[in-house]
Amino acid sequence: MAVFKKDGGEGPSGTFYASLRRNIFIVIVLVSCAPLLVVTGLIGYYFHTSYEAKVLAHLVELVERHKQTIDNFLYERLSGVALIARTFDFELLSREDFLREKLALLREEYGAIFVDLGLVSDQGIQIAYAGPFELRRAIYSDADWFKKAMKSQVFISDVFTGLRGMPHFIVAVKRTYGSREWILRATIDFVAFNSLVESTRIGTTGTAFIVNKEGEFQTKPRFETVVQKERIKELISTRLIDEKVGVFRQKDRMGHDFLCIMTPLKNGEWILIYQQDEEDAFADLYRARRWAFLIVFLGGVGIVVTSFILSRRMVNRIERAEREREMMNEQVIEAGKLASVGELAAGIAHEINNPVAIMVEEAGWIEDLLQEEEFQGSPNLEEFRRAVRQIQTQGKRCKEITHKLLSFARKTDPALKEVQLNDLIREVVSLCEQRARFSNVKVQLDLLPELPLVCASPSEMQQVLLNLINNALDAMEKTGGRLEIRTRIEGERVVVDVADTGCGIPQANLARIFDPFFTTKPVGKGTGLGLSICYGIINKMGGEITVQSSVGVGTVFHVKLPFGRRSGGGGCA
Amino acid sequence: MAETVVMLVDDEVPFVETMTKRLTRRNLTILSAYSGQEALEKLKEHKDVDVVILDVKMPGMDGIETLREIKREHPLVEVIMLTGHATVETAIEGMKLGAFDYLMKPCEVEQLVAKVQEAKAKKSQHERKIMEARIREITSRRGLD
Repeated sequence: MAVFKKDGGEGPSGTFYASLRRNIFIVIVLVSCAPLLVVTGLIGYYFHTSYEAKVLAHLVELVERHKQTIDNFLYERLSGVALIARTFDFELLSREDFLREKLALLREEYGAIFVDLGLVSDQGIQIAYAGPFELRRAIYSDADWFKKAMKSQVFISDVFTGLRGMPHFIVAVKRTYGSREWILRATIDFVAFNSLVESTRIGTTGTAFIVNKEGEFQTKPRFETVVQKERIKELISTRLIDEKVGVFRQKDRMGHDFLCIMTPLKNGEWILIYQQDEEDAFADLYRARRWAFLIVFLGGVGIVVTSFILSRRMVNRIERAEREREMMNEQVIEAGKLASVGELAAGIAHEINNPVAIMVEEAGWIEDLLQEEEFQGSPNLEEFRRAVRQIQTQGKRCKEITHKLLSFARKTDPALKEVQLNDLIREVVSLCEQRARFSNVKVQLDLLPELPLVCASPSEMQQVLLNLINNALDAMEKTGGRLEIRTRIEGERVVVDVADTGCGIPQANLARIFDPFFTTKPVGKGTGLGLSICYGIINKMGGEITVQSSVGVGTVFHVKLPFGRRSGGGGCA
Repeated sequence: MAETVVMLVDDEVPFVETMTKRLTRRNLTILSAYSGQEALEKLKEHKDVDVVILDVKMPGMDGIETLREIKREHPLVEVIMLTGHATVETAIEGMKLGAFDYLMKPCEVEQLVAKVQEAKAKKSQHERKIMEARIREITSRRGLD
């Protein structure tokens, strides 16, 4: 402790407290933040991965279902046309009124998405036509779809503009009539099909569209697509070799991450692609993450502020306690100094006493001699007498001073003996009886007969009792009252109660009355040492001194001392 | 009344000298000794000493010890303790050992003389009683014959 002595708040102790404050602050922040961050990170990571997987799975399922819907749609239309082609023969179908009747039937059955119906010969010439356009005798022999349709029984074409100048696609069924082949074809309305494909919309940026193997759009996407033609071709060859569904990420021109899911349609001729901005797809996840960040941030701020305040408050308290202890130390040192000064004073007082005595006696001798005849006539006789008397008066003053000093510094005998407290109490009380009578205090003794002996120093015990009794008498000086001294046994200890009916001690002072230098007496009247000395004495003897008091009712001091027969160096047998 | 013989015992020579002069002036016969040992020796020579004024604190044999010796060898001699200490304990101990009284240094010479006279009176009374007792014994012895 010597290092931080007396510097107050500054100097080495100042920096010490500053670094202590800093260390506590850092430790609290680390200890509180570390688990917060670790837990948040872990939970965030697992939540993120599992949620992402879940969202992806959901999207994949959605896309697959959609693919099913579109496939069904196409094949239903195809089978509708196939049914007509198989049911009626070439002759019948080449009649335009019959064809119109069947178109009406189809439209009735499947809705307005069938635009027209046509019968095409193996030469590519449309023999019969029912529909809004003037396409009879149209020649398709060079058309891409016609060539492909002639190669298989049924065929669904890509979207193309064709002769009519509008995007559409064709459903064609090939039949054989005699030795000749013919094709029944129907046109599907692009707009209706488009709206079917687009019906899959999730969030604000999710959209689905269809491309063919060459990467050409078969439907019109709502938004700009993030995958370009070449990329789609590349992806088809790499991702969709044997997988049913391919998932990949793609950046758009703005740098946003997009989630793309692709799946083959129509036996792999078309590809259904679904795209969605990741931020949109994982909106809930990102929202949760934003909340988590906010909470962690606020928590962190809270921890920092709290630990700052806490460390400050803690160190301030430590500092205050330290200061108080230092003050106490100083007081103890001061008390020790006082004691040694007292001893010194006692020595000096004793040594001075003899010379003073001799001086006074010499003066007395002069006074004696002045009574002789020869001096009676001297004009200065009276002056001599006065001077000598003065010497004697001052000598007496010296004597008083030295006596006071000696009595103040007088040492008591600390040797322990087996003491009968009852006798000691009677003796001390007899000393105080005079004073008690003057203060109109009635002293009442209630001593337990055959009280066990205690191991104590008689002179110190006297000091304690005298102190307690004097305090009690002080408390009752003006009012008078009753002083009661009891002895009793409590467990293995003898208890002396000194009870008065005086003014009592306020609660606030009660905790401090055993502190050295604590006094309520006016300056110069009390040293504040009496009770602290008592406390020290009783403590040293292995006992305990406690107090109970209520203002206006009185005060009781309990002195508890263990039974005698202490073995070892104490002095008692 | 017979002359009072007082022995003054103190290690402080000037004190003893002055005291001797002052007490002699007050019609006391003073013998002086500067240590306990010397006092005991002188007491053996001078059987007529009535009162011993004894300083408590002396080098060598101290006041209490000297007192004990005096009382053992000359039980009738009265002792007045003179103490520089304010230690009442020593005075009390002295009284228990048979000292007549005690005074604190420096003391009023008149007070001291008064105490000496009291002590002398006590001693005389004591001696008279012893004398009477002896006379009674002697007379009764004769009566028996």
